[in-house]
Amino acid sequence: MTKKEEIDLYFAEDLAVPETPEPGESPDPWGSTRVVGTPMPRVDAYERVSGAALYPSDHTAPGMLHGAILRCPHPHARVKAVNTGKAEGMPGVRAVISGKTPEADVQWAYSGGVKTGLFDPVCRFEGETVAAVAAETPHQAWDAVRAIEVDYEVLPFVADERKALQSGAALVHDAGNRVKEDTYSRGNVDKGFQEADVVLEESFRTECEIHTPLELHGCVASWDGDLLVIHESTQGVYAVQQKVARVLNLPLSKVRVIGHYLGGGFGSKLQPGKYTVIASILAKKAGRPVKLFLTREETFLCTGNRPPSNMTLKAGVKKDGTLTALEFSVLGTGGAYPAGGTSLVDWLIRDLYTCPNVRTRAVDVYINAGPARPFRAPGHPQGAWALEQMMDSLAQAVGMDPVELRLKNIPATSQGREGNPPFTTTGLKECIVQGAKAFRWDERKKEIEAASAKGPLRRGVGMAACLWIAGGGGPPSTVIVKVFSDGSVNLNMGASDIGTGTKTVMAMVVSEELGVKADVIQIEHADTGTTQYATPSGGSKTVPTEAPAVRSAAIDAKRQLLGMAAEDLGTEASRLVFKGEEIVSRDDPSSRVRIKEISGLKKRGVVVGVGYRGPNPEGKVVSPFAAQFCEVEVDTKTGEVRILDFLGTNESGRVMDRLTFDNQVFGGITMGIGLATTEVRVLDENRTGKMLNRNWHDYKLPTALDTAPRMVSRPVEMPDSEANNTGAKGLGEPVTIPTAAAVANAVHHAVGVCVTRTPLNPTRLSALFAENLKEG
Amino acid sequence: MQDKKTNSRFPVTRRGFIAAMGTGAAAVLAAGRLPVQAAPEETVMDPSEMHKITLRINGRTRRLLVEPRWTLLFVLRERLGLTGAKAGCERGECGACTVLINDVPRYACMTLAVEAEGADIVTLEGLMAGEELGAVQNAFLEEDAFQCGYCTPGQIMAVEGLLRKTPDPSEDEIWRGVSGNLCRCGAYTHIFEAVKRVAGTRRGRS
Repeated sequence: MTKKEEIDLYFAEDLAVPETPEPGESPDPWGSTRVVGTPMPRVDAYERVSGAALYPSDHTAPGMLHGAILRCPHPHARVKAVNTGKAEGMPGVRAVISGKTPEADVQWAYSGGVKTGLFDPVCRFEGETVAAVAAETPHQAWDAVRAIEVDYEVLPFVADERKALQSGAALVHDAGNRVKEDTYSRGNVDKGFQEADVVLEESFRTECEIHTPLELHGCVASWDGDLLVIHESTQGVYAVQQKVARVLNLPLSKVRVIGHYLGGGFGSKLQPGKYTVIASILAKKAGRPVKLFLTREETFLCTGNRPPSNMTLKAGVKKDGTLTALEFSVLGTGGAYPAGGTSLVDWLIRDLYTCPNVRTRAVDVYINAGPARPFRAPGHPQGAWALEQMMDSLAQAVGMDPVELRLKNIPATSQGREGNPPFTTTGLKECIVQGAKAFRWDERKKEIEAASAKGPLRRGVGMAACLWIAGGGGPPSTVIVKVFSDGSVNLNMGASDIGTGTKTVMAMVVSEELGVKADVIQIEHADTGTTQYATPSGGSKTVPTEAPAVRSAAIDAKRQLLGMAAEDLGTEASRLVFKGEEIVSRDDPSSRVRIKEISGLKKRGVVVGVGYRGPNPEGKVVSPFAAQFCEVEVDTKTGEVRILDFLGTNESGRVMDRLTFDNQVFGGITMGIGLATTEVRVLDENRTGKMLNRNWHDYKLPTALDTAPRMVSRPVEMPDSEANNTGAKGLGEPVTIPTAAAVANAVHHAVGVCVTRTPLNPTRLSALFAENLKEG
Repeated sequence: MQDKKTNSRFPVTRRGFIAAMGTGAAAVLAAGRLPVQAAPEETVMDPSEMHKITLRINGRTRRLLVEPRWTLLFVLRERLGLTGAKAGCERGECGACTVLINDVPRYACMTLAVEAEGADIVTLEGLMAGEELGAVQNAFLEEDAFQCGYCTPGQIMAVEGLLRKTPDPSEDEIWRGVSGNLCRCGAYTHIFEAVKRVAGTRRGRS
């Protein structure tokens, strides 16, 4: 991946990404490992299960006030007047700010650089900020918010992206509703279709999903003199620091952002929100710390989403299964501001399977709805929904097994990129082959097809595969490993642990290199005041970015310790090796020194190792690969679908912690089941433009009863020695990309009906059955 | 929480029922009884006044001044510093705030503090024996039954309530037992394993 591509990726969008210094000599990949790769419980598990872990929303400070935000109830309106007089006099109220408050007269940029006021007179989506209050209790703050009088001029709106470009559609921005149009092409698509034995075309749609991490979005902001301290629920403290400093015109050193724990993000917490700035201004105005966490309803409106995708895919295939051409178009929306409404939706069409002739077109439009934020594998599950269902249709048309058709088209290079660079490792074939074997694909498919159907229940199996565009990580990252005089270790890094087990994996890396047990490794992380620079934890890049830097830092500390030990033992450092808590001579096992007895270390008190993330391999692409298999049972009377089991194979380079690895796989599948079967944002496109299901009763997440009761994770371990010095690639996103398509394919296998639109629920299936199924 | 009469035109749905009862539904179903309270006295509290209440939490008696509208969750977190119970929705949807009230998992966000007087309340912190983890907490640690950890206190309390009533639950009882607790990270598979581990360990002992 080029430097430019990396910086354009969503986890670095709008973020100043500095260069990491070149690391020293890059260490060889591990041969065998003692710690890395084992199933190790998390180093912070005790804190998380005992209640000792303090999440940002648990944070309190002396004199702390509670903030609440008045939000525009209309999808499009002009604020003509705000009267906060009554609210200011209410019990417990300590600060009220709105568009006319001088301290709040600051500019906010949504992604894409379009500026608005913090409290802009024009509200382009339901939930835009209008005013805010800080009071002694949250109840008093909300009482005051309700007492603020606002005169709105309600403006025409557009809430359906499919209508945004029609003539007469309300304009979200004066310049029109078209954000941008991206096109891509290679080869000769028309010729490709001529060469095909079968050409199929189908339209697909995935609905808008909301992230809804369990911990609400927000922060506790306080001022220590001129230092602004923010405890934010965030995936990236440095991203929050940069944005807040820019908006409030503060030096970076005067914004300290701390985010040790967070209750989920899935991409929606890669950046701060207006709420972060509002809390900071309220805290300044009131002269007291302010806790401002949104309500659940607010998070449905204004903390991002996975955009809806309206896709058409035309595909040509030869009788032997060779793909000859793919033509894809997508219409999507990132809401009321530029926010990647069609970002990466076409990537799998471009890159997953060998195909010489490909053309894609993506049209991104504005609607009057909350801006999107990156959502776990942006664009990819949508593209997989179309491509992987199409692959099954093509297989059926040419009389091949879906597995066989995919294996026929395994790519040798990244065709979607300029110059066809090769992948470092390509586990796609292994994922499909090993997954099919472990799932007993052939046998189960045959058993189902041979069974005579009695009653309304039908079974089916389905599979889908994927790659993830990023997942190789890269610079910058700086990490410090300190070895104290008793041999215990402090690991200092900027990255957040968003629940993927980052801290645990990094402790394992230190343990592997230095031989210390994980329980004497203390980790400082995710604090712009005290830890090193890191980009936000997103893009499945945290392990492949941070682990190599941690390893380099540990090796740097080790090198110094070996040098000190060599002085004590009167030998060369190169003749010494680490063995548990001792350094031992290779030549004479009796020549040894315990680490805490090394005189140099005792004298200095601490040895500081610094590690940097080295560059990625030139001219090569680092992508993780995956395949998933499932079986479903469809009730043809009720349209209910039971997902019986799921199996995931993932090639993410080296497996770092088998326990957290499997957990990621199961979690990704569960989230994919949500996209497939339950999740849909409903906007009242006709009368009000408002969101109709802004809560978890009406917007349903998969519960324990909706997920697959049995799941199996089978890692395809191919340590990637070219990718980085740990051999690990990203995992958190590929695990959710193929799921929804695999479910749809299984349903198709069961009942012969293509479900081209999410959610695949009884409402949708009943309607399709009415059209397609004959009684009896 | 008032025990609403069922109106035949508006039947009670499963999730609606959960919210109305303010409980970890499935655990209650598994428990085989409903936490229906006696019809409350029709007392109207002055909303502008603070009221003196006594709560029994984790075996300790706490005397507090509360507004009638304050939920048990707000009092636990913001007044007593017991942040084990998490705020996820504050309207009975997610279960992150689940605590045991008289051994039954209940949503602390749907329980007013003034209603909780006289009840025996156990929070996540109350499962600890000093600094030692309780059995369910330990099983969650061993099985990696969480990711971000935010829904985890509620999941653990739902499991604790389930096992107090049903020490040897079937798979179906386990799934239902935690179905009132959302996990967006999707750690359900490992949560099921954690429940089996505790039940299995306890079987081994008895």
